[in-house]
Amino acid sequence: MIATLLQLLPEADFVSPTIDWHAIAPEMVILVGSLVLILLDSVKLEKAKPFMPTLASLVLLGALIPVITLAVDGSTRVLFGGSYVVDSMSLVLKALFLVSAYIVVLMSTNYVADGDYWESEYYSLIVAAVLGMLVMCSARDLIMIFVALELLSIPAYMLAAWRKGDEKSNEAGLKYYLMGVFASAVLLYGMSLIYGVGRSTRLDVIAGNLMRIGDGRGAPIVTLAMIFVIIGFAFKVSAVPFHTWAPDTYEGAPTPVTAFLAVASKTAGFVALIQIVFYCFAARPDIIQPVFAVLAILSMTVGNLIALKQTNVVRMLAYSGIAQAGFMLAPFAVIETNREQALSSIVIYLVIYAAMNLGAFAVIIAISRKTRSAEITSLGGLFSYMPGLTVAMTIFLASLAGIPPFGGWYAKFGIWQALIGGNTALGYALAIIMAINTVVAAYYYLNVAKTMWFDEAPDGDTTPVKIPFSLIGAMGITVVATVLFGVLPGLLTNISDFTPIAAALGR
Amino acid sequence: MMNFLNTWGLVLTIFLPLAGALVMMAIPKQSEGAIKLVALGAPLAAAAMGILLMLNFDYGDSENLQFMVNKNWIELINSNFILGLDGLSLPLLALTLFIVPLVVIYSWQHVPNPGNPKAFFTLMLILETAMIGSFLAQDLILFFVFFEVTLLPMYFLIGVWGGEQRRYASIKFFLYTLFGSAFMIVAFVALYFLAKAPTGIALEQLRALGGSYADMQAGDPLHSFGMQALTYSGAAGIAKTTAIVIFGGMFLGFGIKVPMFPFHTWLPDAHTQAPTQGSVILAAVLLKLGTYGFIRIAIPILPVAARAWAPIIGILAVIGIIYGALGCLAQTDMKRLIAFSSVSHMGYTMLGISTLTAFGLNAAVFGMVAHGLITGLLFFVAGSVKERYHTLDIKRLGGLLISAPKMGWILGFATMASLGLPGLAGFWGEFPAILSAYDPAVGLNVALFRTLMVLAAVGTVLAAGYLLWLYQRTAFGTPSEEFANDPNITDVNKFEWMAWSPILAGIVILGFFPGLIFNVAGPAVEVIARTVGG
Repeated sequence: MIATLLQLLPEADFVSPTIDWHAIAPEMVILVGSLVLILLDSVKLEKAKPFMPTLASLVLLGALIPVITLAVDGSTRVLFGGSYVVDSMSLVLKALFLVSAYIVVLMSTNYVADGDYWESEYYSLIVAAVLGMLVMCSARDLIMIFVALELLSIPAYMLAAWRKGDEKSNEAGLKYYLMGVFASAVLLYGMSLIYGVGRSTRLDVIAGNLMRIGDGRGAPIVTLAMIFVIIGFAFKVSAVPFHTWAPDTYEGAPTPVTAFLAVASKTAGFVALIQIVFYCFAARPDIIQPVFAVLAILSMTVGNLIALKQTNVVRMLAYSGIAQAGFMLAPFAVIETNREQALSSIVIYLVIYAAMNLGAFAVIIAISRKTRSAEITSLGGLFSYMPGLTVAMTIFLASLAGIPPFGGWYAKFGIWQALIGGNTALGYALAIIMAINTVVAAYYYLNVAKTMWFDEAPDGDTTPVKIPFSLIGAMGITVVATVLFGVLPGLLTNISDFTPIAAALGR
Repeated sequence: MMNFLNTWGLVLTIFLPLAGALVMMAIPKQSEGAIKLVALGAPLAAAAMGILLMLNFDYGDSENLQFMVNKNWIELINSNFILGLDGLSLPLLALTLFIVPLVVIYSWQHVPNPGNPKAFFTLMLILETAMIGSFLAQDLILFFVFFEVTLLPMYFLIGVWGGEQRRYASIKFFLYTLFGSAFMIVAFVALYFLAKAPTGIALEQLRALGGSYADMQAGDPLHSFGMQALTYSGAAGIAKTTAIVIFGGMFLGFGIKVPMFPFHTWLPDAHTQAPTQGSVILAAVLLKLGTYGFIRIAIPILPVAARAWAPIIGILAVIGIIYGALGCLAQTDMKRLIAFSSVSHMGYTMLGISTLTAFGLNAAVFGMVAHGLITGLLFFVAGSVKERYHTLDIKRLGGLLISAPKMGWILGFATMASLGLPGLAGFWGEFPAILSAYDPAVGLNVALFRTLMVLAAVGTVLAAGYLLWLYQRTAFGTPSEEFANDPNITDVNKFEWMAWSPILAGIVILGFFPGLIFNVAGPAVEVIARTVGG
């Protein structure tokens, strides 16, 4: 039976693709690493536990090595018939994900051990999610993007609910899961429509077909499909009005996981948006520009206004993250006239945002070792007994507010440059709305700084708490990165000059 | 020597205070002696560097930038680390280098509550670096960075060491300024994209800058943040209405900082709540960032728009003069009164600027320095009064000349200087500014400016009124019963003498030799006035 079936197959039709192993070496390291983590756990359950964070760190940093060798090599590598591309932009983003995940591991080390949560699974899930993120950086194919998205999302659903005994953590996990699945469904529906009219899963082929369709037959389907896909990712990057899950999830999830969601997971959402919009939807700027402008304006304004009223610092950061997402969405609205700068400003924003936001979460974890709370009032008087932490937190807050000489100013500047450089009415309007929002945001960031510097300790307890070494490391890396990117932004612009890539897209 | 100054002079002047701040962070909190030594040493080192620069400055060539430093900074956006010193920057650099060490000496005896000299002086040194940097930067983005860096240290100085309503005052100060600078940066970016290479002589000058400008043709996009390049371009290729809008963005940024009516409301709160040291630095230097920005950036880069805006600036300046003076008459708190007098005095500076003539701009530069010295001194004295009486309520004060005669005389001297008594510095800041409005730049409405001149002159009468009234109520008469035999009320102590006597001397010297500033700033502002056609 089988033999006859096999005979029916045309013989020379399937050629196994030649694989450039160097190009996918980072992914392979992570894949093998996560398998090793799982195996170790099942073989020597208790003995291996203390080594798990170290092992996870080694895997993440190990994967950084091929990323660096690829960057030194510098050539663009195209795999699997164009659906997987390793170029300079994808390498910058991969390095960003690896370093971010490494910092999250540093932040988790004592948190997970002290809280007596499951350790081995925790780290293998983080590493697995990173695999999804790395794939996302290179994916140029609808199916590849969707697989990467699910691979990075599913571990995150579980991680959000990691504090099993805690109701809020369960709520966080469930909300995130339900909203995430709903978003995936909308996204998948949009993708299927795109496939229907674009007749391929490869982004560049679809882009060509979309351009050919133009305003002709099938144009309404194209519009619908694009909006569906963008909405799907808008959930992921928590853009208003698809943000409702974020504050509850951020507050309930273990704080290192929150950092992971707020930075790595959100960045992955943006990477997906970059891939699909810049490589495919850019063919129809008339449809997507207004959509992104609305999303950006709503996100920055609503996020900021709600953040003003928050009393919990993690919730505040959640809403501020929504507003920051709004800033990052704005350059998509000038994609037609200023493609290069839009692309590089988003990537630069992502890198700086990761440094400052991870840093802020690291400080919150350190402080909550003492205060056991994330209420803003519990930070009162911090400057009098832990000045180092206070200064670090102030740097991150000032950076988030966009005040030089900390990284955030250049991130915002880049966005403004992209918006104004597009020389469209929409771009100017967005730039001005963003300027007003920057001031609103400064108020609530400074409110936290004010509590730390000006107020008294709420219960009069001013004994400093010992901060574990790994947490100091996490804060050290992020402080140095935040200051360095602010003082010498040239370091970043040199590696994120994607002009040739973005120009090639224009065709 | 010249070689060293040319490469390192300006860089060291800017960053020596910052280096001091870094050293200070390494000193343990307990060793106050070492902390104060660094706190004084770093500004003095910067001042020494500044004196060296001023000694080697070519005064015959003060319209051109000297000791220039030009290094790559952010290549992608063609923003460079450009520093330079010319006749416009020099007086303000000197003012900053002069005031900060005096503020440190004044703080020697005690740092305001809640103490912590380490943090206090660290912030002050960071602030000094930012202020000096703003006056020397010759690149818009570099200027913006320094301009913004002044915000956080001042915010903390007010918020931690300030009075009872410090929280409200500090956040108000911060948000107001940030609001302005957000629009300012948008304006800068718009300039970057819209400015084009000019024609004629300006093109030759632009090409002479070298680098990417060397072979530019008229009409090429400039894509630059360099102040020199943009000044040569003079907004060539930007439509007039667009230029007016861009100027509006800068107007918000600089006007809030000055502060101009109606953006002044942050100032009385910030001044009243700030610690003495904070008030002095705010009044003496930080406000000048705004006026300096108008003269250095907004007017020469957007000359056409500047002419369109000049009447509005002039009217607002005069409203500020009158409103500030009337505000003074209504105050019951000495510090708040001095704060409102700042609004009024900065109005004269802005009136001088709005004439767009070399004469008016020169008066404005002098006014900045004079106001810095005089109002700085007034805030010093107010701080010392507060320290002794624990109140600044004018009704409760009185008889200062009896309880602390020397301090009473110094206050008298400062009020006389402030109301513009000839022979003291204040006169040369105020009188020429009023006079300049008689003859504004060609094309401006002469009738309007002459009306403004008359109104501004009325302002000086009001100024004499509120200052003499203040002096009469605080210094004359007999001390009220509650303070009559208060042992806390002592006369000027030695740290106060050390901090104040250089300022006293400065006010007199500038009063008798106004040429010290007029001659230095003159050629530089003349070039600017020529670019706007005045």
